[in-house]
Amino acid sequence: MSILDNKIPEGPLAEKWNKHKAAIKVVSPANKRKLEIIVVGTGLGGASAAASLAELGYKVKAFCYQDSPRRAHSIAAQGGINAAKNYQNDNDSVYRLFYDTIKGGDYRAREANVYRLAEVSPNIIDQCVAQGVPFGREYGGLLDNRSFGGVLVSRTFYARGQTGQQLLIGAYQALNRQISKGAVEMYNRHEMLDLVKIDGKARGIIARDLVSGEIKRFGAHAVVVATGGYGNVFFLSTNAMGSNGSVAWQCYKRGAFMSNPCFVQIHPTCIPVHGDQQSKLTLMSESLRNDGRVWVPKKKEDAVKLQKGELHPNDIADEDRDFYLERRYPSYGNLVPRDVASRAAKERCDAGFGVNSEGKAVFLDFKYAIDRLGKSVIEARYGNLFQMYEKITDVDPYKAPMMIYPAIHYSMGGTWVDYNLMTSVPGLYSIGEANFSDHGANRLGASALMQGLADGYFVLPYTIGDYLADEIMTPMADTNAPEFAAVEKEVTDRIEKLYNIKGSKPVDYFHKKLGQVMWDYVGMARNAEGLKKAIEMIKEIRAEFWKDVRIPGELDNLNPELEKAGRVADFFDIGELMARDALDRNESCGGHFREESATEEGEAKRNDEEFTYVSCWEYKGEGAEPDMHKEDLVFENVKLTQRSYK
Amino acid sequence: MADKILKKLKIKVWRQKNAKSKGKFETYTIENISTGSSFLEMMDILNFQLIEAGIDPIAFDHDCREGICGTCSLYINGRPHGPDTEVTTCQLHMRKFKDGETIVIEPWRARAFPVIKDLVVDRTAFEKILQAGGFVSVNTGGVPDANTIPIPKEDAEESMDAAACIGCGACVAACKNASAMLFVSAKVSHLAKLPQGKVEAASRAKNMVAKMDELGFGGCTNTQACEAECPKSISITNIARLNREYLCAKVSE
Repeated sequence: MSILDNKIPEGPLAEKWNKHKAAIKVVSPANKRKLEIIVVGTGLGGASAAASLAELGYKVKAFCYQDSPRRAHSIAAQGGINAAKNYQNDNDSVYRLFYDTIKGGDYRAREANVYRLAEVSPNIIDQCVAQGVPFGREYGGLLDNRSFGGVLVSRTFYARGQTGQQLLIGAYQALNRQISKGAVEMYNRHEMLDLVKIDGKARGIIARDLVSGEIKRFGAHAVVVATGGYGNVFFLSTNAMGSNGSVAWQCYKRGAFMSNPCFVQIHPTCIPVHGDQQSKLTLMSESLRNDGRVWVPKKKEDAVKLQKGELHPNDIADEDRDFYLERRYPSYGNLVPRDVASRAAKERCDAGFGVNSEGKAVFLDFKYAIDRLGKSVIEARYGNLFQMYEKITDVDPYKAPMMIYPAIHYSMGGTWVDYNLMTSVPGLYSIGEANFSDHGANRLGASALMQGLADGYFVLPYTIGDYLADEIMTPMADTNAPEFAAVEKEVTDRIEKLYNIKGSKPVDYFHKKLGQVMWDYVGMARNAEGLKKAIEMIKEIRAEFWKDVRIPGELDNLNPELEKAGRVADFFDIGELMARDALDRNESCGGHFREESATEEGEAKRNDEEFTYVSCWEYKGEGAEPDMHKEDLVFENVKLTQRSYK
Repeated sequence: MADKILKKLKIKVWRQKNAKSKGKFETYTIENISTGSSFLEMMDILNFQLIEAGIDPIAFDHDCREGICGTCSLYINGRPHGPDTEVTTCQLHMRKFKDGETIVIEPWRARAFPVIKDLVVDRTAFEKILQAGGFVSVNTGGVPDANTIPIPKEDAEESMDAAACIGCGACVAACKNASAMLFVSAKVSHLAKLPQGKVEAASRAKNMVAKMDELGFGGCTNTQACEAECPKSISITNIARLNREYLCAKVSE
């Protein structure tokens, strides 16, 4: 056993959560009123947790860097949310959702956590409907479902192509209700800049008021981090511009272990990069793969003509099209999991069959679905996505195939948590994308929304009581305590250090450089040599950044460049740890592909003998090499097999 | 469709140091912008240039850059979210502009949305309106199975049409009265069209309208500018529905 206790309950898989809930402590209503909880981030995880905890009677303070909780990037999730409702009578079940998620994650997630996720998933749909989430419905008035990658049943609930938006609005409404009652104090345009521990326990945060620049102290009995993923380490990603890994990194530096940081998801269906003026990539929902067929030309000369703009894709005959996903993976076809679809696209493009001017795009074609179902059906299903595609690219996807290419999308890795979602720092919790726990090495489509809401509505509100029950005699945190003053000083020192560099180059210059290194060496295909090189290159760019970055504006005013600088400074460190983790894991699994570990056909080859563990990185101080602990993954219910979608 | 290069553009933009200071227009020149770039990518490039030149970059709100979070604003050439239809500023692309053009950029102008800095405004008033009743009063847990109450597809679709509101504030910026009626009506309709939200429909309408009035938004005079400029095509029929719910609430008082 490692030094980490994951607190997975004993007993049969299907009984663990119920037994655990019965065994953990509960705080009385009178005592809940005396306990304060800080929730950082207001996406699906944070908003649902803040609302649910306040409903229970805890005093909650919630924080977001945006001007409203509703802006959190969960809002951009398009396709849907999974739940084991079996409304379609297609033999879905909690076990099947659990199994699909474990398998989809390439056997690098904990069985018990994933089973619990599947178990509470039906409650999420009930909750959302009660809040007034307008899910898609059948003519009979009951809820409709669609299918998603990596599964053989239809269990995905959706609200057009805006499911994340509608679920977040549901959670935001619940949060607003608690704000109006005074049960949640909401701090918009506030960014957490550090964690404060007293006697080893999380007791508060330091945050910057982004409008006034004031550095403020906030105390609590527990801190919940729901700050999403670190995909923006790549500069170009589908994450929001402000999405960052800084809170996770602050927690890491204060003793919370970081797990599997090399597991990031590369989403196969994004609008390809154009030129060098781009600052953001746009996702096209995975749900499109239900009806779109992915292809590139069979003949290289056709690809070359497409790249030069001398040939229109519609002029390529069906027999000259290579539907490579259907060819390679006949049983799942276009609906293989994201990592598999992304690598297959890269393979074709690297072989010279890419279809845009940069040779880095494949087609996603709706002609066949429109012929079969009619334009109106496709419009009803994907109308808003088609409109968005046309606005961005100036191409009408009803008439010509979409061009897509993989892009960084989601972080499966994140802060280590136990079964209670508590990190290795007592009183510090991590939920949603910010933690590592449920998706292993690859997340299935429509499962991020499920996890965020499962954690916030139905897991954390129970498990946090087990810790807080022992804190009822602890008075409110004194923000005048020396621990707060010391951390605040570290925060202001760092801000002043950054601000006073007064170099010559804007933050974006360094961020783009870092992103390029990450994409080239810690992206879709990795090898030992490249990873070692990346670590050295990151060190160089970081050193240059700390010497030559220029932050304009004032410290006591709204200063987006200052905000960005702090986040990018942390991205260097996160990027380096990702490369280290990727170097350690000399196997291919899920989104992590090591070129040294592939089959002859080029498929990923997992190595269960050596790598059936969660890496847990422990911070050892500035400039020091971190320690790595291993949490062994124990599979008692599923048999580990090489994933096959053929 | 192939991207072209806009060789030179003039950007006339509102600069204001903070809420207390007086603002003014400044004009900057920017060169070689691809028509395939988004408007905000153009702003990124301009800001990069300003920082290198030692000028404070232009502050503007933005986040998802996918047209859904509602953070971005900007009044571009006299129109909220600029010269394209059904898009937010982040999805506006430079192919909508001509080489040599002067582009004028202002913040949302409304008493209820004070300027924080440059193009960034404070939309806390929207938060307060929603907190006054824009929710269904249910706690987590203890709710019935999701398929217990069938909802006619048309009702769910109409609810979704209204729920598509992203809370950006373009309706307020477009309105000569700076009215928030479209925003309020979208929330009232979203919930009133569903059985779960119907229960509190009347009190919701009453409380949200009262809060809107209190916060300094103007009245609605049916100019329909809000609908015309809404990036999500929220219909003014929602305002009729809001008026109906509001009347019901007042009559039953």
